[in-house]
Amino acid sequence: MTMTTQTSSRSALRWAISDVLVLAHRNLIALMRIPVALVFSIIQPIMFVILFRYVFGGAIHTGTNYVNYLIPGILVQTTIFGSVSTAIGLAEDLQKGLIERFRALPMARMAVLAGRTISDLARNVMVLLVITGVGMLVGFRPSGGVVAYVQASLLMLSFAYALSWGFAFVGLAAPTSEAAQAMTFPLIFPLTFASAIFVPVQSMPSWLQGFATHQPVSVTAEAVRGLMLGTPHGWGTYETMLWALGAVAILGPLAVRKFRQAIK
Amino acid sequence: MTEYAIEAHDIVKTFNDGEFTALGGVSLQVPKGQVFGLLGPNGSGKTTMVRILATILAPSSGEATVNGFNVFKQADDVRKSIGLAGQFAAVDENLTGFENLRMVGLLNHLDKRFVEQRAHELLDSFGLADAANRRTKTYSGGMRRRLDLAAALVANPPILFLDEPTTGLDPQSRQDLWNIIENLVEGGTTVLLTTQYLEEADRLAKQLVVLDHGKIIAQGTSAELKAQLGNTVLVLTFHSPSEATRGTEIVKDVSSKPANVEGTVVELTIDKGPTSAADALRRLDASGIELAGLVMREPSLDDVFLNLTGHKAEDAPAEVPSASRRARKARS
Repeated sequence: MTMTTQTSSRSALRWAISDVLVLAHRNLIALMRIPVALVFSIIQPIMFVILFRYVFGGAIHTGTNYVNYLIPGILVQTTIFGSVSTAIGLAEDLQKGLIERFRALPMARMAVLAGRTISDLARNVMVLLVITGVGMLVGFRPSGGVVAYVQASLLMLSFAYALSWGFAFVGLAAPTSEAAQAMTFPLIFPLTFASAIFVPVQSMPSWLQGFATHQPVSVTAEAVRGLMLGTPHGWGTYETMLWALGAVAILGPLAVRKFRQAIK
Repeated sequence: MTEYAIEAHDIVKTFNDGEFTALGGVSLQVPKGQVFGLLGPNGSGKTTMVRILATILAPSSGEATVNGFNVFKQADDVRKSIGLAGQFAAVDENLTGFENLRMVGLLNHLDKRFVEQRAHELLDSFGLADAANRRTKTYSGGMRRRLDLAAALVANPPILFLDEPTTGLDPQSRQDLWNIIENLVEGGTTVLLTTQYLEEADRLAKQLVVLDHGKIIAQGTSAELKAQLGNTVLVLTFHSPSEATRGTEIVKDVSSKPANVEGTVVELTIDKGPTSAADALRRLDASGIELAGLVMREPSLDDVFLNLTGHKAEDAPAEVPSASRRARKARS
């Protein structure tokens, strides 16, 4: 047997992109085939919509129609939860020896992380569309217009994508995928619930308000809500973008470094 | 440029900041076109050695070339020259057999049409054609191993690393895999095989290296290793363990090698064949201990291992430090 000569002569960059797409595709196939993953990404936010719209919503006073306050918040929460799956997916690949196999292939080193974060981004786009539809069904009326809605969507997707790199780090550091999921919980829970996602920060005790107002999830939720409802406040949008850029700048290199050390 | 498919010089690997030495200076020269066996019990460093040669793990020190390429400076060329199949059968459970092979082929940067054709070819020849479009989650252990091996072969690599390819397989699946490996070698592939099954090394490998606690303790052909040992093994079965112990005391002098006692069975490697055997029997007869059974056989690699290390090949080492355990666990 001789060395194969079937290797095409594309440039390294084009091969790297191809590697990322091959792996992102593979992750999306898995997503479609694992019912649990689909439940996690779609059924759970729908339940949150129903719960807050019809059970808790009556008791929450936002000064506006609550459903219009709620849905942008749920979307932000859902895309953040979506970025958690980066941790779970990578921990699983590591645990099952797939990353070891990938490392023995002549593929781009970065492709494992980039492929995973990009497939999680694609999943987030899908979930965002579904939940927007569900929101409309329960009375959500975004009055900001289509362009602002797209801007708001891009904003929260960027923020979630940035967080994905942090969760990539968690996934590579966790001994199992179950542990990865457990490790993300204490990070995600305070950020999404002590925030402006479901209720106005002013209704919280004063000791919590400072954190709840300025933490990045609240900033993102308020910026997204402002754009969707036609009451944008420019600084919040930029602040979200800064958070996202800052997160990628710090968490990205951390994740890449962890990936290099992951197999030792 | 080089007559060897794989050359390693003085590879050292320590974990936990030098606290635990997985490999304590291992050198190998693997000739092209044959199976080279890396034999040793769990924790002896076999897998660590393969992972270093497959560019997955960086060694603490040492030099190695694979297919003429430096493992550290030309890692990508090495990766293009090798296929790796491991004991944990790293296949993606959510993909079908075909999709798994296609993914690995594309990540090897092969042409898409070539990859798909090659995937079907491999699935056919490994008896997986019927399962090609089933998710590998539904595969049996033997099917997974064959798919894992097929994945390692998608790019037609000249060098194949097989890390305990048959561990945990039933005898039929093991036999199937052995046949596949033999066919590959006939086709010119070089195989570096790690195993803890002496029978497997004996059957497949032309040359062997025996590792124990990260060091080479013996090397040569299987016949050479056996020859180091004397030429016959005397297997004596007694009626009770206490008689076996007493019997061992009586016969042990006929051999320069230690006897292996397990329950009522005593195995003794004897130096001078029938002469020593007759001597042993005469002594037992004189002592009045009656034998329940007697067999003489050729020495196996099990005997070699026992002789070299004082423990059996299947025995786990006395102590596996946490670093290596974690490293293994991370991959399981």
